[in-house]
Amino acid sequence: MPRTVRDVVFVDGVRTPFGKAGPKGIYHETRADDLVVKAIRELLRRNPGLDPKKIDEVAVAATTQIGDQGLTIGRTAGILAGLPTSVPGYSIDRMCAGALTAVTTVAGSVAFGAYDVAIAGGVEHMGRHPMGEGVDPNPRFVSEKLVDESALFMGMTAENLHDRYPQITKLRADEYAVRSQEKAAKAYANGKIQADLVPISVRRTNPEGGETGWGLVTADEPMRPGTTLENLAGLKTPFRVHGRVTAGNAAGLNDGATASIIASEDFARENNLPVKMRLVSYAFAGVEPEVMGYGPIPATEKALAQAGLSISDIGLFEINEAFAVQVLAFLDHYGIADDDERVNQYGGAIAFGHPLASSGVRLMTQLARQFEEQPHVRYGLTTMCVGFGMGATVIWENPHFEGDK
Amino acid sequence: MSTTAELLKGAAELFPGEVVTSAHVRHFDLPLGAGRFALITLDNGHDHTKPTTLGPQSLANIDAAIDQVEKEAADGDIVGVGVTGKPFIFAVGADLKGVELLKRHEDALAIGKGGHDVFKRLSRLAVPTFAYYNGAAMGGGVEIGLHCTYRTVSAALPAFSLPEVFLGLVPGWGGCTLLPNLIGADKAVSVIIENSLNQNKQLKGKQVHELGIADAIFEGADFLEQSLIWTASVLKGEIAVERPVIDRGEAWDQAVERGRFIADSKVHGAAPAAYRALDIIAAAKNGDLQQGYEAEDRALADLIMGGELRAGIYAFNLVQKRGKRPAGAPDKNLARPVTKVGVVGAGLMASQLALLFLRRLEVPVVLTDIDQERVDKGVGYVHAEIDKLLGKGRINQDKANRLKALVTGVLDKAEGFADADFVIEAVFEEMGVKQQVFAEVEAVAPAHAILATNTSSLSVSEMASKLRHPERVVGFHFFNPVAILPLLEIVRGEKTDDASLATAFAVAKKLKKTAVLVKDAPAFVVNRILTRFMGEIQNVIDEGTPVDVAEKAVEPLGLPMSPLVLLELVGPAIGLHVSETLHKAFPDRFTVSPNLKAVVEAGKRGFYVYDSGKPELDPEVAALLKQGDTVLTEEQVRARVLDAVAQEIGLMLDEGVVAEAQDIDLCLITGAGWPFHLGGITPYLDREGVAERVNGKRFLEPGVASVPA
Repeated sequence: MPRTVRDVVFVDGVRTPFGKAGPKGIYHETRADDLVVKAIRELLRRNPGLDPKKIDEVAVAATTQIGDQGLTIGRTAGILAGLPTSVPGYSIDRMCAGALTAVTTVAGSVAFGAYDVAIAGGVEHMGRHPMGEGVDPNPRFVSEKLVDESALFMGMTAENLHDRYPQITKLRADEYAVRSQEKAAKAYANGKIQADLVPISVRRTNPEGGETGWGLVTADEPMRPGTTLENLAGLKTPFRVHGRVTAGNAAGLNDGATASIIASEDFARENNLPVKMRLVSYAFAGVEPEVMGYGPIPATEKALAQAGLSISDIGLFEINEAFAVQVLAFLDHYGIADDDERVNQYGGAIAFGHPLASSGVRLMTQLARQFEEQPHVRYGLTTMCVGFGMGATVIWENPHFEGDK
Repeated sequence: MSTTAELLKGAAELFPGEVVTSAHVRHFDLPLGAGRFALITLDNGHDHTKPTTLGPQSLANIDAAIDQVEKEAADGDIVGVGVTGKPFIFAVGADLKGVELLKRHEDALAIGKGGHDVFKRLSRLAVPTFAYYNGAAMGGGVEIGLHCTYRTVSAALPAFSLPEVFLGLVPGWGGCTLLPNLIGADKAVSVIIENSLNQNKQLKGKQVHELGIADAIFEGADFLEQSLIWTASVLKGEIAVERPVIDRGEAWDQAVERGRFIADSKVHGAAPAAYRALDIIAAAKNGDLQQGYEAEDRALADLIMGGELRAGIYAFNLVQKRGKRPAGAPDKNLARPVTKVGVVGAGLMASQLALLFLRRLEVPVVLTDIDQERVDKGVGYVHAEIDKLLGKGRINQDKANRLKALVTGVLDKAEGFADADFVIEAVFEEMGVKQQVFAEVEAVAPAHAILATNTSSLSVSEMASKLRHPERVVGFHFFNPVAILPLLEIVRGEKTDDASLATAFAVAKKLKKTAVLVKDAPAFVVNRILTRFMGEIQNVIDEGTPVDVAEKAVEPLGLPMSPLVLLELVGPAIGLHVSETLHKAFPDRFTVSPNLKAVVEAGKRGFYVYDSGKPELDPEVAALLKQGDTVLTEEQVRARVLDAVAQEIGLMLDEGVVAEAQDIDLCLITGAGWPFHLGGITPYLDREGVAERVNGKRFLEPGVASVPA
């Protein structure tokens, strides 16, 4: 039968505020599935034009698919969110790029014609499910030297990346981190972030974390506005003695969830849904696991090549800041300045946090806001590095683009 | 220390065992830039299986939380205050254990006043207050919210009620006064009186909103978030909360009248709580809250010091606790699995039993009878009842298919019972017939199968006596209507072994029945007491007291129906049969009424005709009655009847028919519907001095179902 590839659009995206993992974190007593359920419900409230019966899929990513992140969370979250039982769902895992992969996977199905509209998102509660929980790496990885042992520890891979690019110094990484905090604080002050946050009620029974009882979270917990270079200079380098990677120039361990609506452009228009971004291309690439932070570069190369674009066509970048070094490696590769204003205009994961499998959609919601404000920009990209040596990139077109002026 | 704090401190000292609820205060910024908010969470530190209650120390904690937010509100630090509960529970009201301990009127008064003093502060803060009914809310839990400016409710809330009248109290922390002023007297009467007296019916979240108790309703998944966003909108003036104007005219008086009618029809004036609540609702018409609160305090204190409430709490605990952990039941680990049930007989009772086993056990149930027509009729009855459940939406089509496939009927017992684990007979009430049935069943059923009898008055031991294995026979005596009355008298025969008895209790639990272990004594518990009670009524009628005087004599007890109406429900023929059985066993105390015999022989189904809409003595029955010339007053009749009942219960306890008086009461509550305010019956017999007069001693120690000494 004849087929036509259909245009796929990002209709809308929301996220929970991100929290710090651990006993004092805001979500310590909140279930992971509840986080993603509340994000999905907010998405539906914001888009009353979307009849829940028409949703063809719910794809939810989580890295550690155990307990409240297990049980095929895409399916269970749909039921818990009140979607009709006729709406199916599934789980996705590509570690940090989980939500991004959820988006591209359902997007592929939309383009193919299998779906008209789907929900894609991710969740990671690193407090309830610390990185590495329940993992059982095959001993051959080590015995056959398939990967270096450091490949399993993301902080060590970041140190490895510093080794590969000696010009990326700790100072540059710290300077980048300070800017990320500044930009995030400014974005908050200008109300750029809050509009896409879902308030979450949180319970605390242990007084060590602060006032007990029910509270409401409406802002990201990890933010450290006012961070200075001096603050960062004194931080420990936990992954290597005299190393460069610190808690200050990396994203923390976080809890949070995201959700987005991905649809065919025709479906969105017919159902009066907003079209915030149009999908241009996406690509994933593998690199040596020991330098997983390099991953966004080959992934972006592939995505640009598919789209027939060059890096100069990209007007806005949303790069996940797992580590400052990984962003700087990307910028150096493309000859972009560390403080280029096209990059992470609202700040990034160093400020907001990085609940692994949820982060991809945060990049997209922020890029979508920037597209809306900057109709002179035609293309933007979202990219992230992924554990075990991968990169993921999605290129988007701005539907508000007003043409070259 | 404030006077309220002192009051509560005194009360807390009287109740050292209180499960204390904390009132956590947490601050945060509301969405929409609406400002800083203080949310109070009521939490007793346990999970939802131990719901949050409000004893005196808990009230003191709430008082302290309000101290904090009151100051913040006055200082302009916060824009509003909310109250909510731990997951699944808002708060389920006063801790009844604390009420049971109160010995003095002034202490009882302090409980009411303490609650009022704390709760009403919520309506006097410098900022608006919000209650978020997130989960089960009852009594004082509901009332704390009524003092707030606004309320939201979760659509997932499973139970919301003011159950005080059900127990023998009034909603006395503002409920009687505030609720009619919020939603009107008629709806308030429905909640406070009608639902309470209708087996403590619970409202769901949707109804709480529809009644106007809550201003907004949100789904359970993000109830608190949406409530707080709504709060922000209200505080910013973006949402105006509109409530209907309350009709303070004649409608108010009519509502109170309706309440009195409901109370009369349920408790017949015998229990004071509903009437006290209605008096306060009536007075609340003028909108004077303080006056209402004071009336609530007085009513609470009077009721707490009254026997009806103590009996009510005792009864409630019997049903909730003893009813779930039967006294004297053997180790439940001895119970054998029951994977198939046989029912001998396919008549109405047998068919009802088949339906019950089928629905609760969901195992194959096979009916047998003497001819195919009866078997088909029995199976047909069960199928029709399943269809009714399907029609009402109580079960879905899949479940209906499953249940129908599980019920079969056969003529051949060998075919039907060869693999049954539990066979119950419901054939004609005649020892020879039943012995024969059991012999036939024993010949074909597996060696481990329990043989149960639904006999209401025959000896279980005698029934088992001719079997090779009498140790597996148990009495399994249900009460009509089987689907409604919870009681199941489990009768241990002389030779019944522990494993069989344990299996019987395990089955009873699955059937969701209240099982009480009784000795194999004539007519067991409920029928023996009812028959003695009825017998005495019949005696006085036979001796010459007019029927209406005899009937009215026991009205002050507030029984669900009059003696002769009950006899009509049971069927005069069955009543006669049981009285004959008991007469045979105890000829000096149980008589066989010649008038009853005449009525039965005349084929009458009852004593009354209802042509005028209310019961009037059937002239044909009147013509049959042969009365003597001893005419007693109502007081004399009542004394005679109560004395007889007290004597009979005393003898039953001496005989060891049940373990304790508590079991007698549990049986009467769950098998005869005798009311909470009587505590079954023994608390009432103690309270009225009947037990002392007849038996020379009380049934229960003071304090068990009465104000402690």
